[in-house]
Amino acid sequence: MSPPRCGAELNRGLHEAMAAFPAMYVLGEDVLDPYGGAFKITRGLSEAFPDRVITTPISEASLFGVAAGMAIRGLRPVLEIMFGDFITLGFDQIVNGISKFREMYDDQVTLPLVVRTPMGGRRGYGPTHSQSLEKFLMGVPNIRMVAASEVHDLAGLMTAAVADDDPVFLIENKVMYGRPNLRPVDGRIGELDVTESGGPSPALTFSGSGFTEAAATLVAYGGMVPIALEAATALIMEHEVFCEVVAISGLLPLDLDPVLASLSRSGVVVTLEEGTLTGGIGAEIAARVQEQGWDDLRRPVVRVAARDGIIPSAPTLEDAVLPGVAHVTRAVLGAVGARA
Amino acid sequence: MTASGPEARYRGMYLIRRFEETLLDMFSQGLLVGTTHTCIGQEADAVGVIGHMRPGLDQVVSNHRCHGHYIAFTGDLAGLAAEVMGRSGGTCSGRGGSQHLCRDGFYTNGVQGSIVPLATGIALAERERGDGAITTVFIGDGTLGQGAVYECLNMASLWRLPLLFVVENNRYAQTTPVELAVAGTVPDRARAFGVDAAHVASTDVEEIHAVAGEMVEHVRSGRPAVLSIDTYRLRAHSKGDDVRDPAEVDARWATEPLAVAGARLDAARRAALEADADRELAEALAVAHASPVAVLDEALA
Ligand SMILES: Cc1ncc(C[n+]2csc(CCOP(=O)(O)OP(=O)(O)O)c2C)c(N)n1
Ligand SMILES: [Mg+2]
Repeated sequence: MSPPRCGAELNRGLHEAMAAFPAMYVLGEDVLDPYGGAFKITRGLSEAFPDRVITTPISEASLFGVAAGMAIRGLRPVLEIMFGDFITLGFDQIVNGISKFREMYDDQVTLPLVVRTPMGGRRGYGPTHSQSLEKFLMGVPNIRMVAASEVHDLAGLMTAAVADDDPVFLIENKVMYGRPNLRPVDGRIGELDVTESGGPSPALTFSGSGFTEAAATLVAYGGMVPIALEAATALIMEHEVFCEVVAISGLLPLDLDPVLASLSRSGVVVTLEEGTLTGGIGAEIAARVQEQGWDDLRRPVVRVAARDGIIPSAPTLEDAVLPGVAHVTRAVLGAVGARA
Repeated sequence: MTASGPEARYRGMYLIRRFEETLLDMFSQGLLVGTTHTCIGQEADAVGVIGHMRPGLDQVVSNHRCHGHYIAFTGDLAGLAAEVMGRSGGTCSGRGGSQHLCRDGFYTNGVQGSIVPLATGIALAERERGDGAITTVFIGDGTLGQGAVYECLNMASLWRLPLLFVVENNRYAQTTPVELAVAGTVPDRARAFGVDAAHVASTDVEEIHAVAGEMVEHVRSGRPAVLSIDTYRLRAHSKGDDVRDPAEVDARWATEPLAVAGARLDAARRAALEADADRELAEALAVAHASPVAVLDEALA
């Protein structure tokens, strides 16, 4: 049986959570059936739960706050933001509201809300519909951020996010929606061994069968996970360089333990992200790795990211700007070479 | 506040007035740090509107100028005083301070306009709960410049939310006169969204209480409404920043809410109400003063 698509698994997670949590509401633009959201992730929900799915006007500046108000009064809103690019409109509500209420109000309130939104390019949508803006959330205290990828239990990530009593930003990925949700079978995905950590934001560590050492650790999340895996395969086949890939989902709090564990076997960390380089997730990982894994590091952390600019629309330009398999293999070879 | 009627409303306004005058005194003596925004001159709005709220059921969302609303709704003088003084006994244990309060269905935040989406979500949750609660959100004239206000008027109207928007037009946003910041009228803006609106230009708590009562009834029937009140702030925007013509301000003291409502009371009765309120305030302040300063939780450090 072929694996289900990632979008369908996220949709299944929403259906399961709606059934499990009577206080859960789904709101967002165009989320009603038969359309079921711009990427179809809310499909079937308004038919199954007509009273708990609310289609909204195009009002992102307010919608984050509306979700906060609902959550403060005991509901479990799940807000869909159609494109991740539009979280910018909600930043006042995110930073001055959602991030603050519980602590500022002396723990008299909780905010069990979920914001889900797709990030990422490679679909030719151009500069304002292709970005990976999760790095702007990285500096926001008191929220959780989970990045879904095609190797994660996507329905499980969704239900865990809804069950959380604190605000969760679930970062999805547009390319991922249409790809198969690859889950480990007998501890393997394809040719690689996989170990998976537990909790609401698990990490999967991929390594070559029987290897106890690696040339480098590739840290990836979201849409960079398949690229990391493809690059790792190419590095084995074409260069006989064996890497581990750590596919994290916990961005806030940053799930460093599996990265440090892999670093202890490789000595080299290469971070992968689709967002622009400066002030990115890789910078935060690098800072923490040098604080906590210095003794294992054999060379400086290498960051692979988009260049600091727009994401152009033309496929040729977009390919040149967003980090792909070739960028990753080049970076790893550079890092490994410098080590020799 | 359990008691109602003109005497209770006078006493309520007097309590707010004396509380805030005390804060300003403490600031000028260097006993307080941070900032505060007093509603001196606007107490009739807080008391007139909140007199219709049901404690333990209704929700109130307010802004930087929130002390009057807070006291009228919760009666918690000691908690507010301790909060402003940075004491552990404060409403939010000193975490929020003057403009970030939360207690028993009362919430404030310090970013202009940002509270309106919060109130909209609260009203939606209350509508779903179906126990008849209404939500009231207070904003100032200057905050009418924020787009979120109109996003929320739209949603409140579309979703038939039990949400009362109260606009306290005190003629200024910090230093900016309303004429330089607000085009058209508040009721017209509301009606553009199909939201019913009432307008009252008064500092008479009885007049405001009557109009607010009609709007609250309307909201309880399941429709949002806007109540626009023309009022006046008699003291500085915050502690000492005032660039208005002193003659303009002086003229407004003649119609300040305590003068208007107090003139209808028997002098002895008025003095007795004031003495009783003074005693309540003194007790609350003593409680606040006795509260230890806030310390950062080990877990938070
Ligand atoms: C988004 C935002 N911009 C600016 C300020 C600074 N500020 C605090 S109160 C205020 C004026 C508000 O005017 P109004 O809404 O009329 O309320 P009032 O102070 O008159 O009660 C300003 C500009 C703020 N707190 N939030
Ligand atoms: Mg004003």
